[in-house]
Amino acid sequence: MSKLQATTGRAVPARSATTGTFARIARYTLVRGVTLIVTVVIGVYLAILIANGGGYVDQMRIGTVREQISLQMANNEALRDMSLQERREYEQRLVDIEIARLGLDQPFLVRSFRYLWNGLTLDLGSAEYLLSDSGSRQVRNILGERLGPTLLLMATGQLLLFFTSVFFALFLSRRYGTVMDRIVVALAPTSAAPAWFYGIFLILIFAALLGWLPFGGMVDAPPPQNPWLRALSVVWHLILPVGAIVISSIFYTSYYWRTFFLIYSSEDYVDMAKAKGLPSGAIERGYVLRPTLPTIITSFALTLISLWTGAIVLETVFGWPGIGRLTQMAINLFDTPVIVGTVVIYAYLLALTVFLLDIIYAVVDPRVKLGGGERRS
Amino acid sequence: MTKFANILRELKSYPSAVAGVSVILIMVIVAIYALATIPYSEAVRLWRGGDNVWLETPRNARPAWINKFRREKLPESIILKTSEDPSLKTVVDLGGGVSTSDVVFTFDYQYDAFPSEISMFFTAKFDKARPNVSMKWITPDGREIRLTDMTVRQSESYRISQDNAVSRRVGGLLPEIGLFADPNDPSKVMKGTYQVVVEGLVFEEGSTLDASLVVYGQVYGLAGTDHRRRDIMVALLWGTPVALAFGLLAAVGSSLTTMTLAAAAVWFGGWVDYIIRRINEIVMILPLLPILIMVGLFYSRSIWAILGVVILLSIFGSGILTYRSMFLQVKESGYIDAARAYGASNARIIFRYMVPKVIPVLIPQFVAQVPNYVFLEATLAVLGLGDPVLPTWGKLLNDAYTSGALFNGHYYWVLEPAFLLVVTGLGFAMLGFALDRIFNPRLRGL
Repeated sequence: MSKLQATTGRAVPARSATTGTFARIARYTLVRGVTLIVTVVIGVYLAILIANGGGYVDQMRIGTVREQISLQMANNEALRDMSLQERREYEQRLVDIEIARLGLDQPFLVRSFRYLWNGLTLDLGSAEYLLSDSGSRQVRNILGERLGPTLLLMATGQLLLFFTSVFFALFLSRRYGTVMDRIVVALAPTSAAPAWFYGIFLILIFAALLGWLPFGGMVDAPPPQNPWLRALSVVWHLILPVGAIVISSIFYTSYYWRTFFLIYSSEDYVDMAKAKGLPSGAIERGYVLRPTLPTIITSFALTLISLWTGAIVLETVFGWPGIGRLTQMAINLFDTPVIVGTVVIYAYLLALTVFLLDIIYAVVDPRVKLGGGERRS
Repeated sequence: MTKFANILRELKSYPSAVAGVSVILIMVIVAIYALATIPYSEAVRLWRGGDNVWLETPRNARPAWINKFRREKLPESIILKTSEDPSLKTVVDLGGGVSTSDVVFTFDYQYDAFPSEISMFFTAKFDKARPNVSMKWITPDGREIRLTDMTVRQSESYRISQDNAVSRRVGGLLPEIGLFADPNDPSKVMKGTYQVVVEGLVFEEGSTLDASLVVYGQVYGLAGTDHRRRDIMVALLWGTPVALAFGLLAAVGSSLTTMTLAAAAVWFGGWVDYIIRRINEIVMILPLLPILIMVGLFYSRSIWAILGVVILLSIFGSGILTYRSMFLQVKESGYIDAARAYGASNARIIFRYMVPKVIPVLIPQFVAQVPNYVFLEATLAVLGLGDPVLPTWGKLLNDAYTSGALFNGHYYWVLEPAFLLVVTGLGFAMLGFALDRIFNPRLRGL
């Protein structure tokens, strides 16, 4: 079946072949995108069910209503003359009306779907204790402010990890059996420890003992006025957390991928390429790396999933002002809306990462391009 | 059985596997020792008991063995008690129910650093009239420094280090420094024999007065102490069984259930397979840690509740796909057809024929998973979601982190639990890697 499609695909003229390829990649991407969106929706719904199992979402909504109404009443001159008893009754009546208006008296099933929508749009009302740096209480603003630093840290760390691992693994597969190769194989089990754990040691060595790099944070305090100096200061603060991310995974990924490259470089077509006298660089790129790339990307996706959640503690350890640090602060203050918000954000970030890797996968994997066969899972 | 012996023999040829197995064995011995010497209730009492349990240990003391590597010796705690050594106390009856109860604490101080605190504790027995005490400090060169006069309740503590009057008398230095300093060079310790004289006056017949002197050192025990004077050793010891139990149970629980589910998915195929694969896709995107955080916050922080959720969430994790592809091959084997032919039930085929076939492949994966769960417990604890009562390694790290241990130079506090986490994690990971090579012939020699 796949063979047939592959041959027919090759038989048609080149021009329509490329448009066909694009259409297939687009269709594949679309299907994956929709699947991921459905997955995120289900995931957020589960998160809301968990959070609401203890009645916390309801409590936080009713709490917000109560606060707003008592604030309105405190500002209302006309109510000053009322006795305490009357005020209480009046307030309770207003709260009841508002709860009915918001539908909090409706059955849970109906409510849960509205929470789902609010969760997905991050419309989670105001935080209980936390404030954004600009002073807003809106969960959306607090989360939005923290998203940038997290993306900066994780994107830098993940990209660096990917490229150094691939090249390091290729390098090792060329030097199979040397001392360095054996050291990496021996060091592979060290990846059992998460990034934050290495972060502690990096802080201990480079900040506490040697004093070369800062203990944590994102910029010097006070931040330099010159934008270039400020960027430099951010880079300076990035070194240790990014280093922790890379160290925590590089030995395992290099070992794993090197083994993979070694298995693939004993294939007949590689020997054939060698016999043809192709330069070793071309063999590596075209005959070893190329066919293994889809599998490597899939395995990298799994690494990324564990990296994302590990970021919560990594940011906490380094005092990096991102979503992870926010999560930790929200835990300590028991700020429910913010915690639900961070769960939603992390679900989005994970889905987005997987989606991006899926697109790259589609571009890289010839089976998707030629429409032959299913995606290996 | 011979197969098992073969595996053992092969394991011996991997140095990393031997190291891993020895580490795991040592950890198991430590865990058994901890459970045997400190029962559960005792561990909880020691860790949660508050200040009264750890009255006589110094705050933030480094481990005692650190003195072996230092030229300037740090002081250990000096504890003298009349209740344990009655010869320190001389009671003279003055008649009419009044008696003096004088205590002389004598100790030799040969350390190069100052103590961290000095305190005196009194326990008195009386009906109405409280005993009266007056205390003075005698240095090796014979200077007498008055400490204070006070009446003593049934249980009284006098924190000399917090007495500003003493501080004034020794030239504005902190009492624990001023009382031990050489007057010619206040940065140096005057070594020699110190005396603390307590002159007590008891006003009732049958009334007694006991005193104890604690000169808190800067080092304590094998592991040191934390900010609440607790002996870190308790948490290091008790963290071992907790970490092992959490890691092993989570790994066993999740891999066995995952495997059974994968076998069922393959055996029944069709919609069962479809549903399990869709659930897997969802679970892969679920942020595990934030969900655990919510469970910890809203429901229960108990380590066993978290363990349950971890297993539940990892059942449909990435492992299920690996097992699924293996079972797809197993399903085609001839002996499965044979089992079907003799009329074996579905459950019998799954549990007796399919699952055992895959178990050898499961073992390396299972061993390699243990460190992940050990570190997961630590991760949760570092976020402040550790078990509320049990002392664990992660909770030590959390305490250290929240009191700025690295910033304040209390490195031992971070390094000790971190060392144990690394050793445990590496032990299991090294064994897992070696097993993986033995069971996966494709990796052999690579």
